[in-house]
Amino acid sequence: MENYEPKIIAFLCKWCTYAGADLAGVSRLKFSPNAIPIRVMCSGRVDPSFILDAFSKGADGVLVGGCHPGDCHYAQGNYKTLRRVKLLKALIKEMGLEEERLRLEWISASEGNKFKEVVNDMTIKLKELGPSPLKKEE
Amino acid sequence: MTKANIAFYWASSCGGCEIAVLDINEKILDVIEKANILMWPVAMDTKYEDLKKMKDKSIDVCFFNGAIRTSENEELAKILREKSKILVAFGSCAHEGCIPALANLFNKKLIFDRAYKETETTMNNEDTLPQTSFMTKEGEVHIPEFYDTVKTLDQVVDVDYYLPGCPPTPNIVEDAFNKFLSGDLPPKGTVMAPVKALCDECPRKKKDKMIDTIYRVYEKEADPEKCFLDQGIICMGPATRSGCGHQCIKGNMPCTGCFGKTPEVTDQGAKMISALASVLAVEKELELDEKKVEDLISKIKDPVGTFYRYSLASSFIKRKVIK
Amino acid sequence: MDSNSSSPRVGVFVCHCGSNIAGTVDVEKVAQEISKMEGVAYAGTYIYMCSDPGQKLMRETIEKEKLDRVVVAACSPTLHEKTFQINSKNAGLNPYQCEIANIREHCSWVHEDNKKATEKAIKITKSIVEKVKEDKSLTDIEVPITKKAIVIGGGVSGIQAALDIANGGYKTYLIEKDSSIGGKMAKLSETFPTLDCSQCILTPKMVEASNHPNIELMTYSEVESVSGYVGNFKVKIKKKPTSVNWDLCTGCGDCYNKCPAKVPSEFQEGLSKRAAIYIPFPQAVPNKPVIDRENCLYYQKGICKICEKVCKIGAIDFDMKEDIVEIDTGAIVVATGYREYPLENLTEYGGGKYPNVISGLKFERLLSASGPTGGQIIRPSDGKSVKDIVFVQCAGSRDIEEHKPYCSKICCMYTAKHAMLFKHKVHDGNAYVFYIDVRTAGKDYEEFYYRTTEEDHALYTRGKVSKIFEDGEKVVVWGVDTLTGKKVEIKADLAVLAMAIEPSVGIKELQQKLKISIDENGFLKEAHPKLRPVESMTSGIFFAGAAQGPKDIPESVSQAGAAASKVLSMFSSNMLHKEPLICEIDEDVCSGCGVCIALCPYKALEAEITTKEGKEVKRSKLNEALCQGCGTCSSACPSGAATMRNDETKNMFKMIEVILE
Repeated sequence: MENYEPKIIAFLCKWCTYAGADLAGVSRLKFSPNAIPIRVMCSGRVDPSFILDAFSKGADGVLVGGCHPGDCHYAQGNYKTLRRVKLLKALIKEMGLEEERLRLEWISASEGNKFKEVVNDMTIKLKELGPSPLKKEE
Repeated sequence: MTKANIAFYWASSCGGCEIAVLDINEKILDVIEKANILMWPVAMDTKYEDLKKMKDKSIDVCFFNGAIRTSENEELAKILREKSKILVAFGSCAHEGCIPALANLFNKKLIFDRAYKETETTMNNEDTLPQTSFMTKEGEVHIPEFYDTVKTLDQVVDVDYYLPGCPPTPNIVEDAFNKFLSGDLPPKGTVMAPVKALCDECPRKKKDKMIDTIYRVYEKEADPEKCFLDQGIICMGPATRSGCGHQCIKGNMPCTGCFGKTPEVTDQGAKMISALASVLAVEKELELDEKKVEDLISKIKDPVGTFYRYSLASSFIKRKVIK
Repeated sequence: MDSNSSSPRVGVFVCHCGSNIAGTVDVEKVAQEISKMEGVAYAGTYIYMCSDPGQKLMRETIEKEKLDRVVVAACSPTLHEKTFQINSKNAGLNPYQCEIANIREHCSWVHEDNKKATEKAIKITKSIVEKVKEDKSLTDIEVPITKKAIVIGGGVSGIQAALDIANGGYKTYLIEKDSSIGGKMAKLSETFPTLDCSQCILTPKMVEASNHPNIELMTYSEVESVSGYVGNFKVKIKKKPTSVNWDLCTGCGDCYNKCPAKVPSEFQEGLSKRAAIYIPFPQAVPNKPVIDRENCLYYQKGICKICEKVCKIGAIDFDMKEDIVEIDTGAIVVATGYREYPLENLTEYGGGKYPNVISGLKFERLLSASGPTGGQIIRPSDGKSVKDIVFVQCAGSRDIEEHKPYCSKICCMYTAKHAMLFKHKVHDGNAYVFYIDVRTAGKDYEEFYYRTTEEDHALYTRGKVSKIFEDGEKVVVWGVDTLTGKKVEIKADLAVLAMAIEPSVGIKELQQKLKISIDENGFLKEAHPKLRPVESMTSGIFFAGAAQGPKDIPESVSQAGAAASKVLSMFSSNMLHKEPLICEIDEDVCSGCGVCIALCPYKALEAEITTKEGKEVKRSKLNEALCQGCGTCSSACPSGAATMRNDETKNMFKMIEVILE
């Protein structure tokens, strides 16, 4: 598809990745507008239901951003997220959805540039993959 | 007092639900006393033509079991919807898709190829596959279309109530009969079983859910006193509606989830994935790097079959993507 | 105002932020699109929403349009969420029904394509409108505080923390497992980098703590159990039987002077003996003896009772039983300190085998003027003087394979001190130091180290010691000088190992009682390594000193002050206020599966069994005071019973929907 623009839902933890995305803004970095952020208190708040719901509603990709291991504001929420995402990846793989559509990244409040890179990279990769096969059937 | 008219129908299912009606034993006699059974494929020979001739809403309650696998299933669901005042999804197949919906990991072509060509005992040199119509000496014969995707009953018609279970347990069936025949109806859309998850009625001793690793049922003899999850055996109980009398648990087997999700949940499998992954090795999570986490997660075989055994058709994703 | 109605009236205020937003995002279009949403009663724009006129406009519009919820589409919530929440509150709304849509940092500043940026801004704002529509009116949570504190551990950290809290005007219980406070610092000779006599600076603090009207010393006592939560802990303290009635005892010393049973003195690191009835050291506070029942002839053999005979006031009480007292407290400071890694673990250095291979702490007692040798440096084996001495740094530290992976931090400096003090006492002696690196990060530390090497001529060799063995009267130290690559052998009179330090014995049990975390090395784990270094993950429990990680005295004292200030700031109000954005358990849904209990890092959830209509009901019970609102439980709750206030799952589904439509 020529003009295909992937839709990405980005669940960002308030303390690290959301702040990292803020820093990208303050630093006036420019990147692709495909990811729409949703702020959550902790990446541990990201219920696998949110991710599957997003895919079922036509998201081409889902990004979960949390604090680096050891840095979680709530100590260990991100460790749970890691295990959930790994299991969820095994699930979506079994369901025939490309694993790359779900991405977990540790992005700290000081990593504005990393946030930019991740969003850009994810956009490019999703363009290569093409639209989600789960997009609503016409 | 006039008798109520009730009907049973059997779509894509194993047939167990048809028989489960009789699990209420002699109570069936009370039902017969209060109701005429107009249709019951396992026990009566009601013709579709006769059904079509019935007036709309002439059936008071229709208990529809089975998922929607074929055009016949769908057609009958629509007819029965028109003919029935109350349409009840009876059992896990009609409710959430159940085992037939695990075929959503394949599509029509893959299933046909396997069933009619590739199975080890099949000889099909001409690659003959079922056709929806073909000519015989007697004329053109039609058989129903086999869909790519199995659906739940409420994905094709409006459903009033649900009886969960594979099959619904006698207490659930009896309770439903009593409610319908007495007119004591819950709000539309109710799943007629308790709202809490199975742990509520499970008598096993629960500890701390410090699960280091996962065992498959055959790998470990479960202590019949202790919570399965505490022993590292995946039990869908925490994510599954109660009301079944924890029969599997009594048989020292973990819950596999046939009563479906609890009312506050949208996707049973996603919730259990989250719960299990969250507590898995939680005690020593700080020591686990990504690789170790992957090893741990890889012990959970077949996530779909484990977490969506009964609910795949009603889950967020519903079916496998096959290109 | 009841703003939980089912038909909300949302007002959306889109900020231009000068050209910061409006330069890229078509703000009028955003307002126009948003105004079409169900439940949106007003959508407008203004050049600077955060300015006084902007805020006034917002308040006026809230009143005029009878709005009950507000979305401000502007900069990051980090900047002005509070501003706009307060402004809505001033206009009569509930502050928790005001939300921010971040269309600046996350949109206008990072995109150049006006059309795409505008589309994104619309989506972001729409998702926040969906959120605010479901937001409930909430009030802050208030938790009462018992304004008393417990400090566990009576070393310098604990003493300092107790003094600081007590000076703030609050009753403080100082719990110490030994019979005297003082801890490790009481054992030290002189302290780096100033060479103050350790006891001279510590003893006044010990006395001050013991005389302080707000401090209740509870020595020879241990924590038995802890329940409750921040502001309202109940701590059971086990008072071990001293066998001496301290209320009567005058501390005259007749008992321990006459006691015939002698055992190695712990305080003197085994360099001298003490009696079975004893005070650990002469300056002990309180200066009252205890009977060590394991070594007392009466308790062991039923004979003796000499102490009872010599005690003129009859203070000896052989029948004394242990006593459990319960203390209500609002805050707990853990200052249980460290111990030396056991010498015996270093078999390659003959630790525990050769009497002339000793630990750093034992060497402190040899150096100390109040030590068993009066500060004379002698060989423990034969009492002969020491001329050649070897100091081995990193003995057990920085050794990932065999011992401790971490740096014990204090050893570089105390080894420099040891070498310096040795040279001060033995002018013609030779002090050899083996080191991996010399770490002198601390005020005046590098200068101190410089003096050791340049003025006192301690001989530093960079390299690890491979082996120590006895050869006749000498201990032979084998090492490699890694700078020259040459093998080094030194025949010494005494080898001093700068032992790794590890948390005190019993930290694991205490950690479990307090429901706090420890790290992979057994030290207490702080809530955040950078931002909350003196707080535990459990609200109301704070750390001071080496229990949290290796620390020298100034650091321990600073941390004690920091912990005390945390306690004092908590005690400065009558109620603890908390944001109400926390978890909630729906009792009618919870089946008591226990998943949330296992994963909550704050132990805010616990299993509860009640009886309802004759039936046993299991569920998870939330302690609001402990919950920090991370939401991890809510995502994991398999039945949907655990929800997050104003961040419910069904709400999230709506947000996702408007973003993807």
